[in-house]
Amino acid sequence: MSRPLAPVPEFLEPPEPGSDAQARPRKVKRVRKRHGPSHYILPAWTGLVILWTIVPILVMVVYSFNKAPNQRETFHWYGFTTYWYQHVFQIPDLTQALVNSLLVASASTTIATLIGVPMAMALARHRFLGRSAVDATVFVDIAAPSVVVGASLLALFLTLNVNRGLITIIIAHVAFNVAFVIIVVRARIVGLDRSIERAAADLGAGPWTTFQKVLFPLILPGILAGAMLCFAMSIDDFIITEFVAGQTLTFPLWVYGSVKVGIPPQVFVMGTMIFVFGIALALVNTYVARRTAKAEAASMRIAAAAAAAEA
Amino acid sequence: MTWRQRLVPYMLGLPSAFWLTVFFAIPMVSVLSVSLMTGNPETGFNLTWHFGTFWNALTTYKTQFVRSFEYGAISTLAAVAIGYPMAYFIAFRGGRHKSTLLFIILLPFLVSYVIRMLSWNFLLADQGAILGTLKNIGILPQSARVLSTPFAVVTGLTYDAIPYMVLPIFVALEKIDPRVIRAANDLYANPRVAFTRIVLPLSSAGIFAGFLLVFVTNVGDYVAATILGGPGTTMIGNVIETSYLQDLNYPVAAALSSILMIVLLLVIFLYARTFGTDAVQEAVV
Amino acid sequence: MHRAEEDNTPPTPDQSPELTPIDPALLRGLTERRHTRRSFLRGAGAGGGALAMGALLSACGIQGTEAAKGGPAFDWTAWWSRQKKHGVLNFANWPLYIDTDHGKHPSLEQFTAKTGIKVNYYEVIQDNAPFYAQISPTLRAGQSIGYDIIVMTNNDWTTIELFRINNWATPLEHGLIPNFFINATPLARNQSVDPGNEFTIPWQSGFTGIAYDPTKIGREIKSVHDLWDPAFKGHVGMMSDNTELGSLGLLALGIDPATSTEADWKKAATLLQKQRDQGLVRQYYDQSYIKALESGDVWITQAWSGDIFQANNSGYPHLKFIVPDEGMMVWTDVMMVPRHAQNPVDALMWMNFYYQPKIGAMVADWVNYVTPVGNTQAILKKSDPTVGNSPLVFPTKAMAAQAKQYYAYQNYDEFNTWNNIFNPIIQS
Repeated sequence: MSRPLAPVPEFLEPPEPGSDAQARPRKVKRVRKRHGPSHYILPAWTGLVILWTIVPILVMVVYSFNKAPNQRETFHWYGFTTYWYQHVFQIPDLTQALVNSLLVASASTTIATLIGVPMAMALARHRFLGRSAVDATVFVDIAAPSVVVGASLLALFLTLNVNRGLITIIIAHVAFNVAFVIIVVRARIVGLDRSIERAAADLGAGPWTTFQKVLFPLILPGILAGAMLCFAMSIDDFIITEFVAGQTLTFPLWVYGSVKVGIPPQVFVMGTMIFVFGIALALVNTYVARRTAKAEAASMRIAAAAAAAEA
Repeated sequence: MTWRQRLVPYMLGLPSAFWLTVFFAIPMVSVLSVSLMTGNPETGFNLTWHFGTFWNALTTYKTQFVRSFEYGAISTLAAVAIGYPMAYFIAFRGGRHKSTLLFIILLPFLVSYVIRMLSWNFLLADQGAILGTLKNIGILPQSARVLSTPFAVVTGLTYDAIPYMVLPIFVALEKIDPRVIRAANDLYANPRVAFTRIVLPLSSAGIFAGFLLVFVTNVGDYVAATILGGPGTTMIGNVIETSYLQDLNYPVAAALSSILMIVLLLVIFLYARTFGTDAVQEAVV
Repeated sequence: MHRAEEDNTPPTPDQSPELTPIDPALLRGLTERRHTRRSFLRGAGAGGGALAMGALLSACGIQGTEAAKGGPAFDWTAWWSRQKKHGVLNFANWPLYIDTDHGKHPSLEQFTAKTGIKVNYYEVIQDNAPFYAQISPTLRAGQSIGYDIIVMTNNDWTTIELFRINNWATPLEHGLIPNFFINATPLARNQSVDPGNEFTIPWQSGFTGIAYDPTKIGREIKSVHDLWDPAFKGHVGMMSDNTELGSLGLLALGIDPATSTEADWKKAATLLQKQRDQGLVRQYYDQSYIKALESGDVWITQAWSGDIFQANNSGYPHLKFIVPDEGMMVWTDVMMVPRHAQNPVDALMWMNFYYQPKIGAMVADWVNYVTPVGNTQAILKKSDPTVGNSPLVFPTKAMAAQAKQYYAYQNYDEFNTWNNIFNPIIQS
């Protein structure tokens, strides 16, 4: 292949084979290279590690179908049954714990997003007094080990004589979630192209309209990413929750308590259900994103074709 | 700028600042002050600026401290060793399957940490699926065991760390323009040199972010030690809990928390120093 | 154990045991914490931190819980004679600690039918220390906590603090609870923490003995010293609750924990440390010893009687619980009437009602721990022989004679000393 004599504008360069830049469905013929055995080390390694990562998940999914005649999960495989799926809410304490977890996750995600996004905007776009203090606090918030955060929050609640329960759990979860929201959304804002906003301003849009119609839709994926991260972390949190929950139980706390005597199969069933739900969400997300990308690409091609036709 | 415009960032940031101050900063500071108190739960504690508690706590529990940092370091290094090749593979050779592979790496996030540790406890029983089979085949002696050993605890910690390590490294690697590597190749660099001189330094911010997440979490963890550990694997997180909740020895508990926090911060900043302070900023942002 | 049948029948596999709806006793085992003070391992976090309630005014200090001492002696007899029955009872208890049938409690219903007192039953006590954390500020302020009866473990440090040191329990009027003095078992009457039952009446008891798997251990186990047998190296389970651990060490030295001294504690610690140094102990367990025993990781361990009873009835009939020659520990959860309770007479009427054999039997049949109500065994032998004949629920006289009580701390410093002596064995 001859080298072009002049620098070629980026958008005219052929896309790198194998990169995601291929929005066009055109098939490019690739020459098969001969690979030595060392080429397969990395994929093999990745495969092994992935296997290691998902073994416990497989155990959970598979054994949620185990007959478990003593109502406790045991290693012996007694046979396949969907009985536990039909009776998944049989243990009122466990169901209540799951409900609590979902409540706490929803509430803390909502609150953290509502207060974190404005702060992210302030940090990304404005100068203000105490900005580095906020930076440092957010950093320490993420860097602090859960044991320390949980214990110190408990001390606060004790001295303020606050009854530990759902409210205190939500408060604690927001306290660590908000840092993640701030970081994720801020990264997104910082990476934006400001010319679009300036264009909007040039066209007479005030700051609120610019935010509403231009900025917000652009950072929405970041907000959603932050929110999903918060939700996942909140549902899974154990250490901090343990310190501030008082007598209330969330799903991880209940499961941890039941470890001692033996976990009922419903725990695995619920775990599998959450897992499947998460996968479904991700698949929907990908599907929607791909459709949007396809639609965008299609409309751009139409526009280009129309422009070419007019020219 | 009008005063209104100047006020904007403060108003935007107010709710978060309030929350972070009241429910994060103040508690952390009050832990420091509790560590300087003396007394007992019956007669009450008073702030006497007694710094001796720090020394007491440190000497009584130095084994556990050292052990926690050991376990944390080993598990972090292991996570880097295991996770970096994976991140590299996905970033550079992933192709169309990048998002799928990433998604699979992140699958553990969808399952509760406790359930995952539980599954390992399940799997690693002396006569369980893994050990039992190996013993029957004859690879392992009958007396071999994994649970209740430091090995089990460290493995558990590493296992949990993998996604937290792979993700930031992947993000950093993906930002690297492949043409830079190609340029290096054109300049007669063999793949190993290209890696060590170009890719590795460019991904350092990712490694730092992963280190931050993994090391800190693992040093302060006590769940792995409880579920998978045995005598001689007690970590400082376990001790802090016991002091706090059973012994009711608040000054000691607070001192331990403070020491842990301070040492971790030191380690983080030392690390950041060697890689330049922008690594901290990059990692945070 | 008779359980109500569920509507939808579970599948019956060919050769495996039948699936049944969740066994309530299992539920209790799953969700109930036995009297461990180390509540941190279950979501109760708040712990005894509450003992240091008070305002941390700008980092000036944490108030202690010591109630104000002094003041004239109060005439309780006169006070009791002024109290009347109100028709309502607020009863706080541990989860799954009373007979339950489809959400209702037959024993309580019979009580209401007989006396007309409506019972509000609250299963709010997950563990002693967090519950105490919740109620002590209110008690300190001299107000009613909203419960007329609370159930706590009698040798737990927080319980002792509540009724003995801070005087936050109402002394019981014995004239109103004659059934206790008629029917209580000898074990129930003889609690070293509250001799004479001035403040507390037992609800249920349990034993801490030794459990082992005979298939793994070739011989019969009779003594606590078997826990030090090198043949079981790496397969011995011990408890992480340092009260249990320390008491076992004292038993091994032939010392009665209730009357032990600090010097004894140190000797016990040396013995326990030797056990650990020799690599005999697999782990210091909270309640999860039972799983380790079932899975075969542990062959012999300290154990609670109720756990073994349940294990025997859910797939592990071969596991054995024994009372060692040196003795076994008995713990008791007791009912108390907190100060400023609004319905003290109704509370005592329940206590009196409970100590009737047929009512005690109803509860014991469900709870499966050691009932303090006497004359119940005959009833259960007929209605539910599995429970009636079990020595784990009805200890023989020989077993009861072997039961020893825990040491009752006189003040916080003693508690601290105990901790400092035994914690290093578990924690280092």
